[in-house]
Amino acid sequence: MEWQAFYVTLKLAAIATTVLMVVAAPVACVLAYARFPGKSLVEALLYLPMALPPTVLGFYFIMVLGPRGIAGRPWEALTGQSLLFTFTGIALASVLYSVPFAIQPMKAAFRKIDRRLLESASVLGLSPAAAFVRVVLPNSIGGIIAAAVLVFLHTIGAFGVLIMVGGSIPGVTKVASIAIYEAVEAMDYRAAHLMSLCFLPISYVFLLIANKLGEES
Amino acid sequence: MTLQVSVGKRLKFFDLEVSFTCEDKDMLVMIGPSGGGKTTIVRMIAGLETPDEGRIVYGDEVWFDASRRINLPPRKRKVGYVFQDYTLFPHLSLYRNAAFAAVDKGDVDGLLTLFGIDHLRDRKPDKVSGGERQRCAICQALARRPRVMLLDEPFSALDVVTRRSLREELREMKSGLSFPVVYVTHDIQEALFLADEILPIVEGKVDRDWMRRTITREPAPGTAPRAVREPRLSLVY
Repeated sequence: MEWQAFYVTLKLAAIATTVLMVVAAPVACVLAYARFPGKSLVEALLYLPMALPPTVLGFYFIMVLGPRGIAGRPWEALTGQSLLFTFTGIALASVLYSVPFAIQPMKAAFRKIDRRLLESASVLGLSPAAAFVRVVLPNSIGGIIAAAVLVFLHTIGAFGVLIMVGGSIPGVTKVASIAIYEAVEAMDYRAAHLMSLCFLPISYVFLLIANKLGEES
Repeated sequence: MTLQVSVGKRLKFFDLEVSFTCEDKDMLVMIGPSGGGKTTIVRMIAGLETPDEGRIVYGDEVWFDASRRINLPPRKRKVGYVFQDYTLFPHLSLYRNAAFAAVDKGDVDGLLTLFGIDHLRDRKPDKVSGGERQRCAICQALARRPRVMLLDEPFSALDVVTRRSLREELREMKSGLSFPVVYVTHDIQEALFLADEILPIVEGKVDRDWMRRTITREPAPGTAPRAVREPRLSLVY
Protein backbone atom coordinates (compact mmCIF):
# COMPACT_ATOMS: atom_id res chain seq x y z
CA MET A 1 0.00 0.00 0.00
CA GLU A 2 1.58 3.23 -1.12
CA TRP A 3 0.09 6.28 0.48
CA GLN A 4 2.65 8.42 -1.23
CA ALA A 5 1.21 7.50 -4.64
CA PHE A 6 -2.22 8.60 -3.47
CA TYR A 7 -0.78 11.85 -2.28
CA VAL A 8 0.78 12.45 -5.72
CA THR A 9 -2.49 11.54 -7.44
CA LEU A 10 -4.59 13.90 -5.34
CA LYS A 11 -2.06 16.72 -5.60
CA LEU A 12 -1.95 16.27 -9.36
CA ALA A 13 -5.75 16.21 -9.69
CA ALA A 14 -6.15 19.27 -7.46
CA ILE A 15 -3.63 21.25 -9.49
CA ALA A 16 -5.01 20.17 -12.87
CA THR A 17 -8.56 21.02 -11.77
CA THR A 18 -7.65 24.45 -10.42
CA VAL A 19 -5.57 25.41 -13.44
CA LEU A 20 -8.17 24.19 -15.91
CA MET A 21 -11.07 25.95 -14.22
CA VAL A 22 -9.29 29.27 -14.55
CA VAL A 23 -7.89 28.74 -18.04
CA ALA A 24 -10.80 26.91 -19.66
CA ALA A 25 -13.59 29.26 -18.53
CA PRO A 26 -12.71 32.17 -20.86
CA VAL A 27 -11.95 29.76 -23.71
CA ALA A 28 -15.32 28.05 -23.24
CA CYS A 29 -16.95 31.48 -23.16
CA VAL A 30 -15.40 32.44 -26.49
CA LEU A 31 -16.45 29.10 -28.00
CA ALA A 32 -19.98 29.52 -26.65
CA TYR A 33 -20.64 33.06 -27.86
CA ALA A 34 -18.11 34.25 -30.42
CA ARG A 35 -18.22 33.57 -34.12
CA PHE A 36 -14.97 33.59 -36.06
CA PRO A 37 -13.60 31.82 -39.10
CA GLY A 38 -12.00 28.46 -38.34
CA LYS A 39 -13.85 28.11 -35.04
CA SER A 40 -14.79 24.49 -35.65
CA LEU A 41 -11.16 23.68 -36.48
CA VAL A 42 -9.95 25.24 -33.23
CA GLU A 43 -12.66 23.45 -31.29
CA ALA A 44 -11.81 20.05 -32.78
CA LEU A 45 -8.14 20.65 -31.96
CA LEU A 46 -9.00 21.39 -28.32
CA TYR A 47 -11.07 18.19 -28.09
CA LEU A 48 -8.32 16.06 -29.65
CA PRO A 49 -6.91 14.83 -26.28
CA MET A 50 -10.26 13.10 -25.71
CA ALA A 51 -10.16 11.30 -29.05
CA LEU A 52 -6.51 10.24 -29.18
CA PRO A 53 -5.18 7.11 -27.47
CA PRO A 54 -3.37 8.22 -24.28
CA THR A 55 -0.15 6.63 -25.45
CA VAL A 56 -0.24 8.66 -28.67
CA LEU A 57 -0.76 11.78 -26.62
CA GLY A 58 2.00 10.72 -24.25
CA PHE A 59 4.36 10.16 -27.16
CA TYR A 60 3.75 13.65 -28.51
CA PHE A 61 4.17 15.11 -25.04
CA ILE A 62 7.58 13.43 -24.87
CA MET A 63 8.49 15.01 -28.20
CA VAL A 64 7.34 18.46 -27.12
CA LEU A 65 8.42 18.43 -23.48
CA GLY A 66 11.69 16.54 -24.01
CA PRO A 67 15.08 18.27 -23.89
CA ARG A 68 14.93 18.92 -27.65
CA GLY A 69 11.21 19.73 -27.84
CA ILE A 70 9.78 23.19 -28.50
CA ALA A 71 8.61 23.50 -24.87
CA GLY A 72 11.27 21.36 -23.21
CA ARG A 73 14.33 23.16 -24.59
CA PRO A 74 13.43 26.72 -23.41
CA TRP A 75 12.22 25.30 -20.08
CA GLU A 76 15.54 23.57 -19.54
CA ALA A 77 17.49 26.68 -20.53
CA LEU A 78 15.41 28.67 -18.06
CA THR A 79 15.32 26.35 -15.05
CA GLY A 80 18.14 23.91 -15.70
CA GLN A 81 15.70 21.04 -15.27
CA SER A 82 14.01 18.65 -17.65
CA LEU A 83 10.23 18.57 -17.91
CA LEU A 84 10.20 14.83 -18.45
CA PHE A 85 10.12 12.64 -15.34
CA THR A 86 9.21 15.61 -13.10
CA PHE A 87 6.04 16.53 -11.29
CA THR A 88 5.81 19.77 -13.29
CA GLY A 89 5.90 17.68 -16.47
CA ILE A 90 3.05 15.38 -15.46
CA ALA A 91 1.06 18.34 -14.14
CA LEU A 92 1.38 20.03 -17.53
CA ALA A 93 0.47 16.80 -19.31
CA SER A 94 -2.54 16.26 -17.02
CA VAL A 95 -3.83 19.75 -17.73
CA LEU A 96 -3.61 19.29 -21.49
CA TYR A 97 -5.04 15.76 -21.25
CA SER A 98 -8.20 17.04 -19.54
CA VAL A 99 -8.82 20.20 -21.59
CA PRO A 100 -11.90 18.77 -23.40
CA PHE A 101 -13.46 17.66 -20.11
CA ALA A 102 -13.21 21.18 -18.77
CA ILE A 103 -14.36 23.02 -21.88
CA GLN A 104 -17.34 20.94 -22.94
CA PRO A 105 -19.55 21.16 -19.82
CA MET A 106 -18.70 24.83 -19.34
CA LYS A 107 -19.49 25.66 -22.94
CA ALA A 108 -22.81 23.81 -22.66
CA ALA A 109 -23.66 25.71 -19.48
CA PHE A 110 -22.75 29.07 -21.01
CA ARG A 111 -24.84 28.37 -24.09
CA LYS A 112 -27.85 27.57 -21.95
CA ILE A 113 -27.90 31.08 -20.52
CA ASP A 114 -30.70 33.16 -22.00
CA ARG A 115 -29.20 35.53 -24.57
CA ARG A 116 -31.58 38.22 -23.36
CA LEU A 117 -29.82 38.27 -19.99
CA LEU A 118 -26.61 39.18 -21.77
CA GLU A 119 -28.38 41.83 -23.84
CA SER A 120 -29.87 43.21 -20.66
CA ALA A 121 -26.42 43.30 -19.06
CA SER A 122 -24.95 45.22 -21.99
CA VAL A 123 -27.84 47.71 -22.02
CA LEU A 124 -27.26 48.14 -18.27
CA GLY A 125 -23.71 49.23 -19.02
CA LEU A 126 -21.62 46.09 -18.50
CA SER A 127 -18.58 45.39 -20.63
CA PRO A 128 -18.36 41.84 -22.02
CA ALA A 129 -15.79 40.92 -19.33
CA ALA A 130 -17.96 42.34 -16.54
CA ALA A 131 -21.01 40.52 -17.93
CA PHE A 132 -19.00 37.28 -17.89
CA VAL A 133 -18.14 37.70 -14.21
CA ARG A 134 -21.45 39.14 -12.98
CA VAL A 135 -23.97 37.31 -15.15
CA VAL A 136 -22.50 34.31 -16.99
CA LEU A 137 -20.46 32.71 -14.19
CA PRO A 138 -23.08 32.90 -11.41
CA ASN A 139 -25.71 31.44 -13.73
CA SER A 140 -23.62 28.48 -14.84
CA ILE A 141 -22.24 27.23 -11.53
CA GLY A 142 -23.73 23.78 -12.16
CA GLY A 143 -21.79 23.38 -15.40
CA ILE A 144 -18.60 24.70 -13.86
CA ILE A 145 -18.74 22.25 -10.96
CA ALA A 146 -19.59 19.45 -13.39
CA ALA A 147 -16.48 20.39 -15.37
CA ALA A 148 -14.37 20.39 -12.19
CA VAL A 149 -15.67 16.95 -11.16
CA LEU A 150 -15.00 15.50 -14.61
CA VAL A 151 -11.47 16.92 -14.75
CA PHE A 152 -10.71 15.66 -11.25
CA LEU A 153 -11.96 12.13 -11.98
CA HIS A 154 -10.29 12.05 -15.37
CA THR A 155 -6.98 13.06 -13.82
CA ILE A 156 -7.01 10.51 -10.99
CA GLY A 157 -7.72 7.87 -13.62
CA ALA A 158 -4.93 8.89 -15.99
CA PHE A 159 -2.36 6.19 -16.64
CA GLY A 160 -0.92 5.96 -20.14
CA VAL A 161 -0.04 9.62 -20.55
CA LEU A 162 1.52 9.89 -17.11
CA ILE A 163 3.65 6.76 -17.34
CA MET A 164 5.08 7.98 -20.64
CA VAL A 165 5.78 11.53 -19.54
CA GLY A 166 6.65 10.93 -15.90
CA GLY A 167 7.73 7.34 -15.61
CA SER A 168 7.23 5.98 -12.13
CA ILE A 169 9.42 7.82 -9.66
CA PRO A 170 8.11 7.16 -6.13
CA GLY A 171 6.92 10.32 -4.41
CA VAL A 172 7.40 12.39 -7.57
CA THR A 173 5.62 10.96 -10.58
CA LYS A 174 4.34 7.61 -9.37
CA VAL A 175 0.59 8.07 -9.10
CA ALA A 176 -1.91 5.62 -7.59
CA SER A 177 -3.04 4.15 -10.91
CA ILE A 178 0.58 3.32 -11.75
CA ALA A 179 1.16 1.94 -8.23
CA ILE A 180 -1.81 -0.41 -8.68
CA TYR A 181 -0.49 -1.60 -12.02
CA GLU A 182 2.94 -2.23 -10.55
CA ALA A 183 1.48 -4.06 -7.56
CA VAL A 184 -0.41 -6.38 -9.90
CA GLU A 185 2.72 -6.91 -11.96
CA ALA A 186 4.55 -7.85 -8.77
CA MET A 187 1.68 -10.23 -7.89
CA ASP A 188 1.05 -8.19 -4.73
CA TYR A 189 -2.74 -8.53 -4.98
CA ARG A 190 -3.32 -7.41 -1.41
CA ALA A 191 -1.79 -4.00 -2.06
CA ALA A 192 -3.59 -3.73 -5.41
CA HIS A 193 -6.88 -4.54 -3.64
CA LEU A 194 -6.37 -1.96 -0.93
CA MET A 195 -5.43 0.82 -3.33
CA SER A 196 -8.26 0.00 -5.72
CA LEU A 197 -10.73 0.07 -2.83
CA CYS A 198 -9.59 3.60 -2.01
CA PHE A 199 -10.73 4.79 -5.42
CA LEU A 200 -14.27 3.55 -4.96
CA PRO A 201 -15.51 6.05 -2.35
CA ILE A 202 -13.70 8.97 -4.02
CA SER A 203 -15.19 8.32 -7.44
CA TYR A 204 -18.60 7.47 -5.99
CA VAL A 205 -18.89 10.66 -3.96
CA PHE A 206 -17.82 12.79 -6.91
CA LEU A 207 -20.37 11.14 -9.19
CA LEU A 208 -23.06 11.76 -6.57
CA ILE A 209 -22.16 15.44 -6.61
CA ALA A 210 -22.19 15.56 -10.41
CA ASN A 211 -25.57 13.80 -10.64
CA LYS A 212 -27.12 16.04 -8.02
CA LEU A 213 -26.00 19.14 -9.88
CA GLY A 214 -27.23 17.66 -13.15
CA GLU A 215 -30.70 17.14 -11.68
CA GLU A 216 -30.83 20.65 -10.27
CA SER A 217 -29.99 22.30 -13.54
CA MET B 1 -33.19 67.15 -25.38
CA THR B 2 -34.57 65.21 -28.27
CA LEU B 3 -34.21 61.65 -29.42
CA GLN B 4 -34.09 61.62 -33.21
CA VAL B 5 -34.45 58.33 -35.00
CA SER B 6 -34.30 57.92 -38.74
CA VAL B 7 -33.35 54.40 -39.71
CA GLY B 8 -33.73 51.79 -42.42
CA LYS B 9 -33.11 48.08 -42.35
CA ARG B 10 -33.85 45.26 -44.73
CA LEU B 11 -35.85 42.62 -42.87
CA LYS B 12 -36.98 39.19 -43.97
CA PHE B 13 -40.52 40.08 -45.06
CA PHE B 14 -40.33 43.84 -45.62
CA ASP B 15 -38.03 46.83 -45.48
CA LEU B 16 -38.14 48.83 -42.31
CA GLU B 17 -38.00 52.58 -42.82
CA VAL B 18 -39.06 54.95 -40.09
CA SER B 19 -38.28 58.42 -38.92
CA PHE B 20 -39.51 60.11 -35.76
CA THR B 21 -38.46 62.27 -32.83
CA CYS B 22 -39.29 62.15 -29.14
CA GLU B 23 -38.74 65.08 -26.78
CA ASP B 24 -37.73 64.91 -23.13
CA LYS B 25 -40.73 64.17 -20.89
CA ASP B 26 -42.73 62.86 -23.84
CA MET B 27 -44.12 59.37 -24.09
CA LEU B 28 -44.16 58.12 -27.64
CA VAL B 29 -46.25 55.00 -28.03
CA MET B 30 -45.44 52.76 -30.97
CA ILE B 31 -48.41 50.67 -31.93
CA GLY B 32 -49.24 48.27 -34.69
CA PRO B 33 -49.78 44.63 -35.53
CA SER B 34 -47.32 42.04 -34.23
CA GLY B 35 -44.35 41.43 -36.48
CA GLY B 36 -44.47 44.97 -37.86
CA GLY B 37 -40.99 45.93 -36.72
CA LYS B 38 -41.73 47.77 -33.44
CA THR B 39 -39.37 45.67 -31.35
CA THR B 40 -36.66 45.95 -34.00
CA ILE B 41 -36.87 49.74 -33.84
CA VAL B 42 -36.57 49.73 -30.05
CA ARG B 43 -33.63 47.32 -30.25
CA MET B 44 -31.94 49.66 -32.71
CA ILE B 45 -32.31 52.57 -30.28
CA ALA B 46 -30.79 50.42 -27.52
CA GLY B 47 -27.95 49.39 -29.82
CA LEU B 48 -28.83 45.70 -29.79
CA GLU B 49 -29.50 45.72 -33.50
CA THR B 50 -27.70 47.62 -36.22
CA PRO B 51 -29.66 49.52 -38.87
CA ASP B 52 -28.49 49.33 -42.48
CA GLU B 53 -28.79 53.07 -42.90
CA GLY B 54 -29.79 56.24 -41.10
CA ARG B 55 -29.00 58.02 -37.84
CA ILE B 56 -29.92 57.83 -34.19
CA VAL B 57 -29.12 60.95 -32.21
CA TYR B 58 -29.88 61.96 -28.64
CA GLY B 59 -29.34 65.66 -27.92
CA ASP B 60 -26.01 66.36 -29.57
CA GLU B 61 -24.66 62.85 -29.07
CA VAL B 62 -24.65 60.60 -32.13
CA TRP B 63 -25.48 56.99 -31.19
CA PHE B 64 -25.58 55.67 -34.70
CA ASP B 65 -24.69 57.12 -38.06
CA ALA B 66 -24.35 54.75 -41.00
CA SER B 67 -22.62 57.26 -43.27
CA ARG B 68 -20.04 58.22 -40.62
CA ARG B 69 -19.71 54.62 -39.40
CA ILE B 70 -20.59 55.56 -35.84
CA ASN B 71 -22.21 52.84 -33.74
CA LEU B 72 -22.08 53.39 -29.99
CA PRO B 73 -22.27 50.04 -28.15
CA PRO B 74 -25.37 49.46 -25.97
CA ARG B 75 -23.46 49.90 -22.72
CA LYS B 76 -22.49 53.47 -23.64
CA ARG B 77 -25.93 54.67 -24.70
CA LYS B 78 -27.25 54.68 -21.16
CA VAL B 79 -30.80 53.74 -21.97
CA GLY B 80 -33.26 52.01 -19.68
CA TYR B 81 -34.83 49.02 -21.40
CA VAL B 82 -37.70 46.98 -20.04
CA PHE B 83 -38.12 43.88 -22.15
CA GLN B 84 -41.30 42.12 -23.15
CA ASP B 85 -40.64 39.19 -20.87
CA TYR B 86 -38.75 39.03 -17.68
CA THR B 87 -35.05 39.47 -17.99
CA LEU B 88 -34.22 39.94 -14.34
CA PHE B 89 -31.06 38.10 -13.32
CA PRO B 90 -32.27 34.83 -11.79
CA HIS B 91 -29.36 34.52 -9.34
CA LEU B 92 -29.98 37.89 -7.67
CA SER B 93 -32.65 39.07 -5.23
CA LEU B 94 -35.08 41.77 -6.35
CA TYR B 95 -33.08 44.36 -4.43
CA ARG B 96 -29.80 43.35 -6.06
CA ASN B 97 -31.50 43.25 -9.45
CA ALA B 98 -32.80 46.77 -9.03
CA ALA B 99 -29.41 47.93 -7.75
CA PHE B 100 -27.54 46.08 -10.52
CA ALA B 101 -26.61 49.17 -12.50
CA ALA B 102 -27.75 51.86 -10.06
CA VAL B 103 -25.90 55.15 -10.32
CA ASP B 104 -26.65 55.86 -6.68
CA LYS B 105 -27.56 52.85 -4.53
CA GLY B 106 -29.58 55.28 -2.39
CA ASP B 107 -32.18 55.49 -5.18
CA VAL B 108 -33.00 51.83 -4.99
CA ASP B 109 -34.94 51.74 -1.71
CA GLY B 110 -37.11 54.63 -2.83
CA LEU B 111 -37.87 52.97 -6.17
CA LEU B 112 -38.75 49.62 -4.57
CA THR B 113 -41.10 51.43 -2.19
CA LEU B 114 -42.61 53.51 -5.00
CA PHE B 115 -43.43 50.36 -6.96
CA GLY B 116 -44.68 48.51 -3.87
CA ILE B 117 -42.19 45.67 -3.92
CA ASP B 118 -39.96 46.71 -1.02
CA HIS B 119 -41.27 43.84 1.14
CA LEU B 120 -40.06 41.37 -1.52
CA ARG B 121 -36.55 42.80 -1.73
CA ASP B 122 -34.81 39.60 -0.63
CA ARG B 123 -36.81 37.24 -2.85
CA LYS B 124 -35.40 35.81 -6.05
CA PRO B 125 -37.30 36.61 -9.29
CA ASP B 126 -38.77 33.10 -9.58
CA LYS B 127 -40.39 33.49 -6.12
CA VAL B 128 -42.53 36.52 -7.02
CA SER B 129 -45.38 37.10 -9.48
CA GLY B 130 -45.02 38.30 -13.06
CA GLY B 131 -46.31 41.77 -12.19
CA GLU B 132 -43.80 42.08 -9.36
CA ARG B 133 -41.00 41.01 -11.68
CA GLN B 134 -41.92 43.67 -14.23
CA ARG B 135 -42.14 46.28 -11.47
CA CYS B 136 -38.62 45.30 -10.47
CA ALA B 137 -37.47 45.49 -14.10
CA ILE B 138 -38.74 49.07 -14.26
CA CYS B 139 -36.90 49.87 -11.00
CA GLN B 140 -33.74 48.34 -12.47
CA ALA B 141 -34.01 50.51 -15.58
CA LEU B 142 -34.81 53.70 -13.63
CA ALA B 143 -32.02 53.19 -11.08
CA ARG B 144 -29.58 53.50 -13.93
CA ARG B 145 -30.83 57.09 -14.38
CA PRO B 146 -31.29 56.51 -18.09
CA ARG B 147 -31.22 59.17 -20.74
CA VAL B 148 -33.95 57.45 -22.72
CA MET B 149 -36.43 54.86 -21.45
CA LEU B 150 -37.56 52.03 -23.70
CA LEU B 151 -40.50 49.83 -22.72
CA ASP B 152 -41.26 46.96 -25.07
CA GLU B 153 -44.71 45.57 -24.29
CA PRO B 154 -43.73 45.47 -20.64
CA PHE B 155 -47.14 44.37 -19.40
CA SER B 156 -48.33 42.12 -22.21
CA ALA B 157 -47.60 38.89 -20.36
CA LEU B 158 -49.59 39.97 -17.29
CA ASP B 159 -53.22 39.37 -16.37
CA VAL B 160 -55.74 42.11 -17.14
CA VAL B 161 -56.07 43.42 -13.58
CA THR B 162 -52.33 43.68 -12.95
CA ARG B 163 -51.81 45.19 -16.37
CA ARG B 164 -54.39 47.89 -15.71
CA SER B 165 -52.96 48.87 -12.34
CA LEU B 166 -49.37 48.94 -13.64
CA ARG B 167 -50.52 51.03 -16.57
CA GLU B 168 -52.02 53.53 -14.15
CA GLU B 169 -48.89 53.58 -11.99
CA LEU B 170 -46.82 54.25 -15.07
CA ARG B 171 -49.01 57.15 -16.14
CA GLU B 172 -48.80 58.69 -12.68
CA MET B 173 -45.06 58.29 -12.64
CA LYS B 174 -44.66 59.73 -16.11
CA SER B 175 -45.05 63.34 -15.01
CA GLY B 176 -41.97 62.96 -12.81
CA LEU B 177 -39.71 61.73 -15.58
CA SER B 178 -37.35 64.06 -17.35
CA PHE B 179 -36.39 61.92 -20.33
CA PRO B 180 -38.05 60.63 -23.51
CA VAL B 181 -39.98 57.40 -23.15
CA VAL B 182 -40.64 55.07 -26.08
CA TYR B 183 -43.37 52.56 -25.31
CA VAL B 184 -44.31 49.65 -27.55
CA THR B 185 -47.72 48.00 -27.44
CA HIS B 186 -50.26 46.36 -29.70
CA ASP B 187 -53.10 47.34 -27.40
CA ILE B 188 -54.98 50.41 -28.65
CA GLN B 189 -56.53 51.15 -25.26
CA GLU B 190 -53.14 51.12 -23.64
CA ALA B 191 -51.78 53.44 -26.32
CA LEU B 192 -54.62 55.94 -25.94
CA PHE B 193 -54.28 55.82 -22.14
CA LEU B 194 -50.54 56.43 -21.98
CA ALA B 195 -49.42 58.27 -25.06
CA ASP B 196 -48.43 61.87 -25.61
CA GLU B 197 -47.91 60.86 -29.19
CA ILE B 198 -48.93 57.73 -31.04
CA LEU B 199 -46.82 56.30 -33.82
CA PRO B 200 -48.51 53.46 -35.71
CA ILE B 201 -46.00 51.11 -37.34
CA VAL B 202 -47.26 48.73 -40.02
CA GLU B 203 -44.85 46.50 -41.94
CA GLY B 204 -41.89 48.66 -41.07
CA LYS B 205 -43.43 52.00 -42.08
CA VAL B 206 -45.21 54.74 -40.18
CA ASP B 207 -48.88 54.43 -41.10
CA ARG B 208 -50.76 57.35 -39.53
CA ASP B 209 -54.09 56.04 -40.74
CA TRP B 210 -53.80 52.62 -39.13
CA MET B 211 -55.57 53.54 -35.87
CA ARG B 212 -58.68 54.84 -37.61
CA ARG B 213 -58.84 51.88 -39.96
CA THR B 214 -58.46 49.43 -37.11
CA ILE B 215 -61.07 51.07 -34.92
CA THR B 216 -63.61 51.33 -37.74
CA ARG B 217 -62.52 47.94 -39.14
CA GLU B 218 -62.01 49.49 -42.53
CA PRO B 219 -59.80 47.38 -44.79
CA ALA B 220 -56.49 48.82 -45.78
CA PRO B 221 -56.41 50.16 -49.32
CA GLY B 222 -55.50 47.46 -51.79
CA THR B 223 -56.40 44.55 -49.54
CA ALA B 224 -59.49 42.40 -49.84
CA PRO B 225 -62.35 43.20 -47.46
CA ARG B 226 -62.02 41.39 -44.17
CA ALA B 227 -65.11 39.28 -44.72
CA VAL B 228 -63.57 37.92 -47.92
CA ARG B 229 -60.15 37.36 -46.40
CA GLU B 230 -61.49 35.68 -43.30
CA PRO B 231 -64.90 34.28 -44.23
CA ARG B 232 -65.43 32.54 -40.94
CA LEU B 233 -64.86 35.76 -39.02
CA SER B 234 -67.68 37.50 -40.94
CA LEU B 235 -70.12 35.25 -39.12
CA VAL B 236 -68.94 36.71 -35.85
CA TYR B 237 -69.10 40.34 -36.87
